[in-house]
Amino acid sequence: MTNSFADYLNTDLFFVIGSNPTEAHPMAGAKIMSSLLNGTKLIVADPRRIELAEKADIWLQHRPGTDIPLLNGLMHIIIKEGLHDKKFIEERTEGFEDLKATVETYTPKRVSEMTGVPEKLLYDAARLYATTAKAMLCYTLGITEHICGVDNVMSTANIAMLTGHLGKEGCGVNPQRGQNNVQGACDMGALPGDYPGYQKVANAEAQAKFEKAWGVKLSGKPGLTIPDMMDAAVEGTLKAMFVLGEDPVLTDPDANHIKKAFNKMDFVVVQELFMSETAKLADVILPGASFAEKDGTFTSSERRVQRVRKAIEPIGDTRPDWWIICEISKRMGYPMEYAHPEQIFNEIASLTPSYGGINYERIEYTGLQWPCPTADHPGTPVLHTKSFARGKGLFKGIEHTPPAEMPDEEYPYLLSTGRILYHYNVTTRYSSALDAHRPEEMAMIHPADAATLGVCTGDTVQVTSRRGSVQTKVNVTDKVLTGMIWMSFHYKETPTNELTVNAFDPVSKTGEYKVAAVRIEKAAQV
Amino acid sequence: MPTVTLTVDGKQVSVPKGTTVLEAAWKAGAFVPTLCHDPELTKPGACRICVVEVKGARNLVASCVTDAVEGMVVETATPAVVEARKTILELLLDNHPEDCLTCHQAGDCKLQDYAYFYNVKPGAFGGEAHKYDLEDDNLFIVRNMNKCILCGKCLRACEEKQGRAVIDFAYRGFKTKVTTAMDKPLADSVCVSCGSCVAICPTGALTEKAMLGKARKWEIEKVRTTCPFCGVGCNFDLNVHQGKVLGVTSNAASPTNGRDMCVKGRFGVDYVHNPNRLTTPLIKKNGQFVESSWEEALDLVASKLGEIKGKYGSDSIAALSSARCTNEDNFVMQKFMRAGIGTNNVDHCART
Repeated sequence: MTNSFADYLNTDLFFVIGSNPTEAHPMAGAKIMSSLLNGTKLIVADPRRIELAEKADIWLQHRPGTDIPLLNGLMHIIIKEGLHDKKFIEERTEGFEDLKATVETYTPKRVSEMTGVPEKLLYDAARLYATTAKAMLCYTLGITEHICGVDNVMSTANIAMLTGHLGKEGCGVNPQRGQNNVQGACDMGALPGDYPGYQKVANAEAQAKFEKAWGVKLSGKPGLTIPDMMDAAVEGTLKAMFVLGEDPVLTDPDANHIKKAFNKMDFVVVQELFMSETAKLADVILPGASFAEKDGTFTSSERRVQRVRKAIEPIGDTRPDWWIICEISKRMGYPMEYAHPEQIFNEIASLTPSYGGINYERIEYTGLQWPCPTADHPGTPVLHTKSFARGKGLFKGIEHTPPAEMPDEEYPYLLSTGRILYHYNVTTRYSSALDAHRPEEMAMIHPADAATLGVCTGDTVQVTSRRGSVQTKVNVTDKVLTGMIWMSFHYKETPTNELTVNAFDPVSKTGEYKVAAVRIEKAAQV
Repeated sequence: MPTVTLTVDGKQVSVPKGTTVLEAAWKAGAFVPTLCHDPELTKPGACRICVVEVKGARNLVASCVTDAVEGMVVETATPAVVEARKTILELLLDNHPEDCLTCHQAGDCKLQDYAYFYNVKPGAFGGEAHKYDLEDDNLFIVRNMNKCILCGKCLRACEEKQGRAVIDFAYRGFKTKVTTAMDKPLADSVCVSCGSCVAICPTGALTEKAMLGKARKWEIEKVRTTCPFCGVGCNFDLNVHQGKVLGVTSNAASPTNGRDMCVKGRFGVDYVHNPNRLTTPLIKKNGQFVESSWEEALDLVASKLGEIKGKYGSDSIAALSSARCTNEDNFVMQKFMRAGIGTNNVDHCART
């Protein structure tokens, strides 16, 4: 996030696209919901009538996979009407002409046809976003989980720069991050091309720095991303995998491909809290301690590094994850000696410039937002106030990329996926009250489709894609478009990701969870 | 910012213009009780327990809704003030169950504290008392409306902090009650069980179902931590008793969420004690998982990974690190892969 959650209360307008914060990021959602009471405006772009869409001043119900045409269309109107921030563009950006030329062809008429959004709403939204002084754009996985995810993200940056809604309070481009520590895992270099702090493994200088710190020769060759790992495992070149606290069999797209990968490998270690679907395929399972049983830090969406504190002793014979990994490393001839996570954190700070000024003492009470390079630096609530990472912000004209797989005669429905309020990925299934409250998948389908299929709420259907087939109960609701089915991925009894498409953004390698073609049939009553 | 100077219990205090008499009194170190007042919510001035004497004023004034002005002379504990507060407490207590002995909230209850402080006992008025049924239809929250003092903080938190307004006052006079629309059970309403109402309730009217009867308030150790679910980064207190996490309560000092949370953070961390937790290393032998010691499991992992590395090279091994684990865990994992194994094949679900 370029800005902070506290800043949600300082904006005059939210533009929420591809994000369902009242369910997936409830406390961000609550800030938006409560702001509306004070007159803050809201534009929502989402194919589903999510809760915020019902509260919105303007709801753009665009078809799944048409984010780029939608944003280009809004920018077309903004430029045509001269509502762009000429001063900001002049001083802070480059490449405006490139953007202008691209969006020129995205006329309201054409965009309306591509997205299904009425032209009037396009005008209303463009004008409102461009003319509101403090306008904050929020997005989540509805933007990134497409084969054009990176282009989608760049489009959000384009429209924010075009209107000067960056580098200021109450503005910005704010991706609310999915997991508690997905920001931190990235920051820590749990990425194949990056050391901690996004220092590139292919950069000789960075390599030398870490070789010196860690006392060994390091590989300068970027590693494999998860989809490439899975492909390499199926091909037989990747022989072993160590899985820490993830359940790719349930959560990665095209689950049958993932299962094939795990079955093919010679050796699989899974370090987990529970017997996950992935753990079942392991050769060795190492029981880790939960967040309540260990010390450490998480880094939130707003780049805030905060303490996690040990409240109870590890359950049973479980051990903290870092301890387990260190023990294995020691046995493999590379001892890593830490008496306490704080020592690990101090090493992180010594090697990661953006964490350089952070230590446990400083984050005892409120955490610190990186970049925080020195011990006297107060942290950074708003990014890019004076310049962007590369200096000037670069506009990039971006053309539409349709989803990898669209409905056809054989698979006539469009499947889109996401989270529900009462579950968080897979762990909450182990919470007795949450699971009792929402024990099973309730796929959303439109009443017109339900009539065609002859099903009512609570009936079971068989959903089939080119990759797999699952059963689910349905919830008949006009919150989704006709021709669409929406499912979560929380339930191992309905493993939705057996259906999703094995197609990825070429740069980020993020899977296209948001669009797949499926067939739906009423299931035989059991 | 312009300031005003006033006198509270004979002590001069300067506060920014717009400060209430209540806040000024607190700043001066005076004890002024409150029930309906909350610094983060709108001020209804309803309960009147915060009344003080202001020189020249016709009546006792509710300090929470009165602005401090220049030269004001305030007394917070005159006999009239104390009598008014005691009368309010007597009225509340006579319509309140006398079960502090077994009440979950005992020890963390404003009504109990003030009754103790002012030595007020039930029975001053007698009269009718409510006999509502216990509402435990919701899976997460128990409502005992007999203990409700109608301060309205719950409904203001619901509306002003969560933006929902699921509950409000219904009926009139003595029959006034905080209800959902049409006085339906909470479970049948649009309530999303965030528990902000529970967090702010000054009495035992609203409680966390999972913690009821598990420990007295003063036996609970609170350990502040960061939520393990989504990426918003809410803080809260784990409530620990006898080595077990009983549940979660708010910590007002949390930078992103204050006292507010969602249903998952507030009511979902019981997964920690789920009986299905893996508690010992397991090694698959002949297709079946067999319990093993740490020594055996760690030795096996190290030797197998070493063997594969020797045979096929470092890049034949990969790791999935975890967006659920701590920074320290992730740092150690990538360091192990890079420096220990010798490959950059480390990734996590940021992209998937």
